[in-house]
Amino acid sequence: MRSVYIVLSALFVMGLAVWAYKENYATQEVLREVSQIQRDIGHQQEELAVLRAEWAYLNRPSRLRDLAELNFDRLGLLPLLPEQFGEVASVAFPVEEDILMELDNPVSVVGSLEAIVQ
Amino acid sequence: MTMRTPLRPLARILKARSSGENPDTIERENLRLRHEEMRDTTRLRAEGRLLVLGLCFVSAFVVVGLRMGQVAASNPEEPQAVTTGTSILAQRADILDRNGRILATNRTTHSLYAQPQEMIDPLYAAKELAKIFPDLNEDKLIKDFTGTRKFLWIKRQIAPEQQQAVHDIGDPGLLFGPRESRLYPNGKLASHILGGTKFGREGVMSAEIVGQSGIERYRDEYLRDPANGDKPLQLSIDLSVQSTMREVLFGGMHLLNAKGAAAVLMDVHTGEIVSMVSLPDFDPNGRPTFAGQNAADNPRFNRAVQGVYELGSTFKIFAAAQAMELGLMTPDTLIPATPPFKWGKHSIREFEGHNYGPMLSLTDMIVKSSNVATAHVAQQIGVARQKAFLDSLGFLDATPVELTEASGAKPLLPPNWSELSTITIGFGHGLSASPLHLATAYSSLLNGGTRVTPTLIKHQGPIRLGPRVVRPEVSAASRAMLRAVVGEGTASFGDVRGYKVGGKTGTADKPRENGKGYYDDKVITTFASVFPVDEPKYVLIVTMDEAVETSGPKPRRTAGWTAVPVAAEVIRRVAPILGIRPDIETLALGQ
Repeated sequence: MRSVYIVLSALFVMGLAVWAYKENYATQEVLREVSQIQRDIGHQQEELAVLRAEWAYLNRPSRLRDLAELNFDRLGLLPLLPEQFGEVASVAFPVEEDILMELDNPVSVVGSLEAIVQ
Repeated sequence: MTMRTPLRPLARILKARSSGENPDTIERENLRLRHEEMRDTTRLRAEGRLLVLGLCFVSAFVVVGLRMGQVAASNPEEPQAVTTGTSILAQRADILDRNGRILATNRTTHSLYAQPQEMIDPLYAAKELAKIFPDLNEDKLIKDFTGTRKFLWIKRQIAPEQQQAVHDIGDPGLLFGPRESRLYPNGKLASHILGGTKFGREGVMSAEIVGQSGIERYRDEYLRDPANGDKPLQLSIDLSVQSTMREVLFGGMHLLNAKGAAAVLMDVHTGEIVSMVSLPDFDPNGRPTFAGQNAADNPRFNRAVQGVYELGSTFKIFAAAQAMELGLMTPDTLIPATPPFKWGKHSIREFEGHNYGPMLSLTDMIVKSSNVATAHVAQQIGVARQKAFLDSLGFLDATPVELTEASGAKPLLPPNWSELSTITIGFGHGLSASPLHLATAYSSLLNGGTRVTPTLIKHQGPIRLGPRVVRPEVSAASRAMLRAVVGEGTASFGDVRGYKVGGKTGTADKPRENGKGYYDDKVITTFASVFPVDEPKYVLIVTMDEAVETSGPKPRRTAGWTAVPVAAEVIRRVAPILGIRPDIETLALGQ
């Protein structure tokens, strides 16, 4: 009986040793991976900073102004001016076309719908 | 092991007996010897044990000591699991505008240096380098490369294409070091605010960036702190507004043949500077050197902050406001206005010899911009009270704005503040201040009457009211007067339909550089305006240096013909960007 215990506990210890060995190497692997990922993050952030700077450079107001002038024919962009502000009340409501489609051959009985007259 | 000696050896016992001695002494003698032997061995063993134990302790202490020594001698290093790759980004913090658009950021470039002893073909390398960088002198390079020098900088900062070209030379003695450099993507825009940077201490692997002027220098400590690497500094400047204002001001400056121009747009309630332009300006990416004599001609000179000028009639509103605040007058009080106003041997007249007499109301004094009437008002206010009032508006000290240059730009006060000084300061002569001073004072006076502090940092949280300067009624009455100036007075070109602009013009002769009097044909024109008048949001100051309008038969130099139209165009273009709706009613009426 006693020898069985000894063998079992020896096997148990060996099992633990194998597990610890594997864990050790797995941890080292993960640490390497982490530092690689962090290096990548660093590079990506550096790249991001460059892209941001480039974005800011390409969107500098003087360049946009020149582009708007060059492409005036296509875009028709004007500087923002006070005359461009409007009142909500002066915006025409969209004509709901579905209703018009349903009304075939309308017969004017009382008054008229202006939208249809047009 | 030795044989155990018997306690009573027979031979000796027999001998002792025969000689009549006691044989027991022999036994005792032998017993004693045996005990001594036993004691010796035990002691030896105990001593051995002590020695082993001692050795254990000694080695333990040696191990501890060695470890301590190692810890103390080695460089502190974080465990690998916590090392971050972000440390390379501990760079100078960005500067953003109020909407988060980038005003200043960093980019990585390279510096080029040489180690001549490593070079294979110095002559060829020198020739090729001189080809890539036209500003390098080939002969000088050859001298450096073949001399005794072990190390030399060739270029502090090179572009990627240049780096590739140097790579192509293929000389192992030409080396690159990483460099971070400051980039201002908007070029000349807001150059005076940002200032610029330079390299501080330099090493092969990195170089320090230090602020050289403007906010880069004023907030250098914050920007350099690695802990703030990802916390950008957000300014109150609005990039779109800044761009528009610069465009309009630039156009106006050239149209009017002005030498320089400056404009400040300030939020009346918070004191935030939404836009500040000074022309001519410069590109902070490559700060120009200036060799001229006159500091005011330097493109790096910030006219809005450093330029202290006599701001002329724009000061009259302060006299009027103070007279109302003190209860001396109401907007309708009549003031004598017959020129000349005599004080001792001095006499004060109106612009171009006008006569607005005999009496003018306080409002008309502002509308007509009467020097004589203002002199009367200033005289009534008196020296001490005027000084205290101007102090409360910030005219006696340098502006506390976050620019290095600001603290040096102290207003020029009369050395002896006499009654005559009070009278002339009343209509804006004898006290020189910067456009930013004027913007601060107008904001404080017109926002309801509480002092604001000019700032370039975006305001966070609720608005805290400053100390009271004038009563709200006085502030409203002052605004009404300024509105009347635009409606019917000297600034009629300043009316922007829908925006209810109020403002005051100021035209001041430029003092001669030699300190003897004033030029006849050189003026500084200023328009200080507030809009919209009934619910003030922004104060705009436009100053033009030596502007002249030549469309008429006679060149016109007054502010009404120079600064005012430019300011009106600024408001027309900028107000919609700031999201202020034009008042449709007045817009329709105007049409």
